[in-house]
Amino acid sequence: MAIDWQTFRLTLLLAFTVSLILLALGLPIAYWIALSRWRWKFLVEACVALPIVLPPTVLGFYVLVALGPQSPLGRWWISLTGHTLAFTFTGLVVGSILYSLPFAVQPFAAAFSAVDRKLIAASATLGASPFRTFRTITVPLSAAGIVTGIALSFAHTMGEFGVVLMVGGNIPGITRTISIDIYDRVQSSDYAGANQTALILLLICFALLALVYGLNRRAALMESWK
Amino acid sequence: MTEIDSVNAGSAPSGPRGAGPLRCDIGKRLVSRSSDFTLRLAFEIWPGFTIVFGGSGAGKTTLLDCIAGIMTPDEGAIDIGTRFLFHSDRKINLPIRDRRCGYVFQSLALFPHLTVQQNVSYGLAHLTTEERSRRTAAILEAFRIAPLARRRARDISGGESQRVALARTLVTDPELLLLDEPLAALDRPTKAQILDDLREWNRTHGIPVLYVTHSREEVFALGERVIVLDAGRIVAEGTPHEVLSAPQMETVAQLAGFENIFDAVVDAVRPERGTMTCQIAGEAGGILLETPLVRGGVGASLRVGIRAGDILLATTPPTGLSARNIIPGRIQSMEQHDVMVSAQVKSRVVMEVHLTLAARDSLELAPGKEVWLVIKTHSCHLMQRP
Repeated sequence: MAIDWQTFRLTLLLAFTVSLILLALGLPIAYWIALSRWRWKFLVEACVALPIVLPPTVLGFYVLVALGPQSPLGRWWISLTGHTLAFTFTGLVVGSILYSLPFAVQPFAAAFSAVDRKLIAASATLGASPFRTFRTITVPLSAAGIVTGIALSFAHTMGEFGVVLMVGGNIPGITRTISIDIYDRVQSSDYAGANQTALILLLICFALLALVYGLNRRAALMESWK
Repeated sequence: MTEIDSVNAGSAPSGPRGAGPLRCDIGKRLVSRSSDFTLRLAFEIWPGFTIVFGGSGAGKTTLLDCIAGIMTPDEGAIDIGTRFLFHSDRKINLPIRDRRCGYVFQSLALFPHLTVQQNVSYGLAHLTTEERSRRTAAILEAFRIAPLARRRARDISGGESQRVALARTLVTDPELLLLDEPLAALDRPTKAQILDDLREWNRTHGIPVLYVTHSREEVFALGERVIVLDAGRIVAEGTPHEVLSAPQMETVAQLAGFENIFDAVVDAVRPERGTMTCQIAGEAGGILLETPLVRGGVGASLRVGIRAGDILLATTPPTGLSARNIIPGRIQSMEQHDVMVSAQVKSRVVMEVHLTLAARDSLELAPGKEVWLVIKTHSCHLMQRP
């Protein structure tokens, strides 16, 4: 059986969408985690890290329930759009965002924490607004951590299985991703197809991670040469 | 505050820009697991340089952070001229960026990923591009860093970084300048040159400058006025000469570099000569020192401070000297620090004496050698005993 390129397109679209949203969502969360002195901050940090230890099926189950017509959120979405979020591409995006959140937020927060606070204070004494400081000082000095976070959430979304299966099911062109395709092929004894698909997924993920680590290494070398 | 007026009368700049005095009356308690520190002080400073002098942990940086808005005091008020930066009762607490306080940090805090030029023009974002580059070019020229303009801040030397940090702050025309040991890491000639540049700059700008240091040299080079901090409080203020040459408190004396500090009791007073004799506790009844006359009669408890560099050593009993205190003793140990020799001389008390290498060699001074300590009356500084 030939490789199903549709699942590749869908998976890449999903990974791009999720990484982009995680960039927008993760930066402020990470910035807050890095700078906040709120005493209950550790609870927020624990919540963000939860998907790392939680079995994907557990996370997927809760997302499914939360998106379904029994929950207020699900009912609100149905009243808005006329259909349920579960078993749709949007639902898949929501589940994947939750699942990959720590892979974006933790590298972002680590990078922000490493920025010298005196630089942030200096920027303020020079009249810069907090947003300008964030844009011109904090983000450029955290670039390596931000790239790492995006790449990790991209790769992580590419390869997820449990959450997708629970939330999205297996609808070709809508929610069938590469990992589910591979599972299907193995179930129906199409080992050759599974092998090819798995190999391509492996190569894409490897290339992506190699690119990120290579870029970070080059950036580090540039720093030390200067 | 007549004293402040007189101190500044001669040096008050004539420029029209002077923003007015900085008034600060604040309290701030910092509690951590290992320490409980309280800053509680009030002062008023006028345009010109005021040195904040004190040992580590005295609260110097905390004070600057409170003024700049990086830390919020628990209570009190801070204002420049008629503008409140902070007022706890009126709930005023201007954000850092609206305070117009230039602040040069001890670590300098240059933005490492930006060029020297980008660093210096960072605080001018509100101006037109033209005006911004004009001002940047002018200050780069004035601080002799124009050739570095395109280099990244992380690539320049320590002395260069210090100039860039000063230029970056001064170019914004602050109404108050806070300098936290900005020259600590520099060699002497570079330091002197930067101090000159700074002074030159303030001749035309005339703003209050709070300059934190623990270097005596910088105190005398820059200060028109000194505030001495110890454990979060002001323990002395005045001109550098008043505060450091004739300190009234032992904490100040240690900061001012009195290597020898002794408990003493007034033994006799001679008002007609302007002197008195003090008994210094030590072995075999201690020693008697002639000191300048201060208030307090016979029996009063005082402390005497003597700088190690003010004591002379003789290898034979000296005669025909004006110095009134000649004390026999024996060299206990000697240590060389750079080009100076520090000797511990044992008499009935142990005194530290500083000598040149040449003096040590020509007198063949060595541990065990018998010597006479020679101390002028006015080298004995009297202080209150805490």
